[in-house]
Amino acid sequence: MMYSEKVMELFMNPKNAGRMENPDGVGEVGNPQCGDIMKIYIKVKDNRIEDIAFETFGCASAIASSSMVTEMVKGKTLDEALGVSNKDVVEELGGLPPQKIHCSLLAEEGIRAAIEDYRQKAGIN
Amino acid sequence: MPERRVYLDHSATTPIAAEVYDAMKPFLLENYGNPNSLHSWGMGAREAVDESRASVARLLNADPGEIVITGGGSEADNLAIKGTAFALKEKGRHIITSAIEHHAVLHTCEWLESQGFEITVLPVDPTGMIRISDLEKAIRNDTILVTVMYANNEVGTIQPVEDIVRTAKEQGVRVHLDGVQAVGHIPVDVKALDVDLLTLSAHKMYGPKGIGALYVKKGVKVAPLVHGGGQEFGLRSGTENTAGIVGFGAAAELAMRRLEKGSVESESRLRDLLISGITDKISNAHLTGHPVARLPFHASFCFDYIEGESMLLRLNAAGIGGSSGSACTSGSLEASHVLLAMGIPHELAHGSLRLTLGKDTTEEDILYVLETLPGIVSGLRALSPLGKESS
Repeated sequence: MMYSEKVMELFMNPKNAGRMENPDGVGEVGNPQCGDIMKIYIKVKDNRIEDIAFETFGCASAIASSSMVTEMVKGKTLDEALGVSNKDVVEELGGLPPQKIHCSLLAEEGIRAAIEDYRQKAGIN
Repeated sequence: MPERRVYLDHSATTPIAAEVYDAMKPFLLENYGNPNSLHSWGMGAREAVDESRASVARLLNADPGEIVITGGGSEADNLAIKGTAFALKEKGRHIITSAIEHHAVLHTCEWLESQGFEITVLPVDPTGMIRISDLEKAIRNDTILVTVMYANNEVGTIQPVEDIVRTAKEQGVRVHLDGVQAVGHIPVDVKALDVDLLTLSAHKMYGPKGIGALYVKKGVKVAPLVHGGGQEFGLRSGTENTAGIVGFGAAAELAMRRLEKGSVESESRLRDLLISGITDKISNAHLTGHPVARLPFHASFCFDYIEGESMLLRLNAAGIGGSSGSACTSGSLEASHVLLAMGIPHELAHGSLRLTLGKDTTEEDILYVLETLPGIVSGLRALSPLGKESS
């Protein structure tokens, strides 16, 4: 199999999956033409990501990357979360096939977009 | 390991039938002679090759001298197209193909384009069928070949081959049909069709991989791609793959027996059970390809809001083997050229699933898929941001 055990495990049983009601910030990245859309929802308290959820249209690595990144940033401060790179996600997943690296990039961008959305709504720059 | 294993990817390849394996075995072991040698080892092999060629010919209603054995379907397509281009380049340099061909045809045509040939790619209608009026308009004075598939691998649509051949022949243009998906599964009669060239492949009809053939109608000139000792009527040199050819012959005999016993009807019945079950049980599930003019073992769909690779891997975890034209399964990040050519939007094309039945597929297998697939689709839809009203 071209995927690591960790990728398959998270793909079959993703964490933090599903829609969040009344999120403080939402980030949506990717586009349906390319076959990947990732939507990240966050709740923020005291500048920390208190809760997080994702919805993803995409392949196994996109779903696993979404699940992994949400676990990685949950409980972190917003600045700490912004420091999580796609390389960190790939490493935690035990690697991704070269043609699937863009899925981890979506995960990084999704978190950024959600935090940006939160800060914009909260009037923080 | 899941308890039940259901292989529904027979368009990709079929298992070797037991009788095919039995026929091949002696030619891998004791009957190892070179068919070109003048001793009993060689003569025995030659006899087996000749008999097998005759079996393959009978399957198509061809003469044995019209069957050129190749190293598979892709090679046969290459021989048909490049061989025609090289043989007829003084007559013209225009070739017509279609937008839904296998890459063995499309990439061969693209390469010829880089060598100074002109290629016209015919569009298809939403069911994946070529329109005869488009073909009529595309034929020119310098057209030397029309190369299209008999039936499509991704969506199962059977082309109006009689009309295609007639239209081209009326203008004096040679026709090649890629019959890899069709031969052995529906009756194919090259004499009745009056086609010039036709590709077939053993491993799509319960024979071994790495062996195929090009039917070359008597009198039709093609230039060889492989030069050497002059085997295969000078069109494909190299010592014959005796065991492979014998397996091909046995697979052809099996196909003739199956067709005679009504395999088209029995396979179609299970296929229709699968198609109606899926479209009934799953919302926003769309059959792709032609609803009636389709291969008897072939069911293909697109599902809204989800992606094909995810479906395949979750099906695999449940013991079901299917395939998809999704970008993520191809490694190219491009959705299937076949589905896009049929006018299916990108996002829907990413959610494609192909389930192709085989001779050993049972009704229980189909019912298991119908029990399993709806949960997989709804599970992935629950994960997807698409198809829900925005929050």
